Amino acid sequence: MEEWRGWRKISYESELDHLFVNEIASIPGGDKLFTCIQCGTCSGMCPLSPYMDYTPRQIIAMIRAGLRWEVLSCYTTWLCASCYSCTVECPKEIKLTDIMYAVKRMAIKQGVYPKKFPIPILANEFFKSVEDSGRSSEGRLILKLFLKTNPLKLFRQTGLGLSLFLKGRFSLKKETIQRKNELRSVIKALETEHMVKSREELGLLKETTI
Amino acid sequence: MNYLYYPGCSLKGTGKAYEESLLAVFDTINVLLEELEDWNCCGATAYMSISELKAFALSARNFALAERQNRDTGTARLLVPCAACYLGLNKAQRYLNEYPELFSTVKEALDEADLILSGPISIRHPLDVIYSDIGLKTIKDNVVRPLQGLKFACYYGCQIVRPYADFDDQFKPYTMDRIVQAVGAEAVDWPLKTRCCGGSLTGTIKDVGLRLSYILISEAKKRGCDMIATACPLCQFNLECYQKEMRKLYRHELDIPIVYFTQIIGMALGIDPHKLGLHRLFMSPLTAFQMRATSGGVHVRN
Ligand code: SF4
Ligand code: SF4
Ligand code: SF4
Ligand code: SF4
Repeated sequence: MEEWRGWRKISYESELDHLFVNEIASIPGGDKLFTCIQCGTCSGMCPLSPYMDYTPRQIIAMIRAGLRWEVLSCYTTWLCASCYSCTVECPKEIKLTDIMYAVKRMAIKQGVYPKKFPIPILANEFFKSVEDSGRSSEGRLILKLFLKTNPLKLFRQTGLGLSLFLKGRFSLKKETIQRKNELRSVIKALETEHMVKSREELGLLKETTI
Repeated sequence: MNYLYYPGCSLKGTGKAYEESLLAVFDTINVLLEELEDWNCCGATAYMSISELKAFALSARNFALAERQNRDTGTARLLVPCAACYLGLNKAQRYLNEYPELFSTVKEALDEADLILSGPISIRHPLDVIYSDIGLKTIKDNVVRPLQGLKFACYYGCQIVRPYADFDDQFKPYTMDRIVQAVGAEAVDWPLKTRCCGGSLTGTIKDVGLRLSYILISEAKKRGCDMIATACPLCQFNLECYQKEMRKLYRHELDIPIVYFTQIIGMALGIDPHKLGLHRLFMSPLTAFQMRATSGGVHVRN
């Protein structure tokens, strides 16, 4: 006999958020998503789809339906490795990889992800290090990631770290560019009010760090 | 021929052997590489997850620097070996070109730092430069130690030929295969040349990342390859550094050296293995190179 699986989860019409799709569609080239024919090519091509809770095709359908919360809180976008298989195969030239990035940015901005989840933490540490010094320092990045997620893992990983170190491939040195001020003024210019406005028009969301 | 060289962060760290072998090969065939002065991170992948606009601006600073440093008459040529950087820079250039508002926003920001963004620059992967500019003939002419008998699985990864590159076939790339054949070795035909290795998932959602890398290695082994050839520091890292863990997890003997295609060329050109960074790999490919290569002995200095 079939096992009782609890109540089926239903989203009611009143819960749908019709602004969601417009937010996503406002990224460069994002309006193509309205042309999706739900053929499933993207899901078929995606090497990660067997591990996802919703396939890429479903994500597009859910965005269009206005299932904001379900999309922002799913694992699909975190599993996306940005391999662009879906993007190059989509018959409607929908930039799925960019959409995945847009959802990621929104989820990070709104803090919708499991606590101590490594991916947004990695993204943030990376962002901070580059904003600060113009380059990322691989070694420091890995170290920070482990300290912020699961310190115990660090010990399991040190075997690898040590081997890399011995091969001259791992260092904790801070990498930096020389003209940091030059880079900073570029970044600062993007943060002025006038720029923030034009970027909102461009659909490029303002970032937040954790 | 003159190229500006954009190393990206990985080639100065975990991917050091890629840089060493690339520079050694270009030096041997007399093609000048000049490192892009004060380059900054291209802003790919992780950065994209926080701010798309800033990611594009980071790339744009590199373009402005390249234009300034370019001494050639034509467009600046930027050589970008890391797949993630190659994609990131290419994408930025595409988008700046396709979306005029984006271009003016970024240009305005660069102005603040007296950086000038004008025309497009030419972003090239070493596979492209070696195949299309330098040519297989030059490589062949310089081979002193043909790698007869060696069998490689050429792994391109996802981000080199997809989605912006136009120098190779997106679905069935061949440039690395031809290069490997040009130095006398065999390149097996396998369908996983561009299947994703998991990227940074090996470090974040490990079970899934390892699985993806494992599929690649076991398929290459099944086809009797001696080594896997790569063209990206992260692919090389994923396939090489987690073999021990995969062996435990999947109970499968996986030992197989993972080399950069530039190291393969270098070996055939007779360059000292140490200069090619062979000693930095976890599993030395030297024995394989020595056992199979027909003429001349390899001088071991490990
Ligand atoms: S491949 Fe394109 S058109 Fe087909 S379902 Fe995916 S997004 Fe829609
Ligand atoms: S880019 Fe992301 S969603 Fe698209 S195929 Fe690759 S992993 Fe799947
Ligand atoms: S994307 Fe390129 S430049 Fe940026 S951290 Fe990665 S390797 Fe370095
Ligand atoms: S194959 Fe893996 S490492 Fe290489 S480009 Fe793709 S995701 Fe990145």
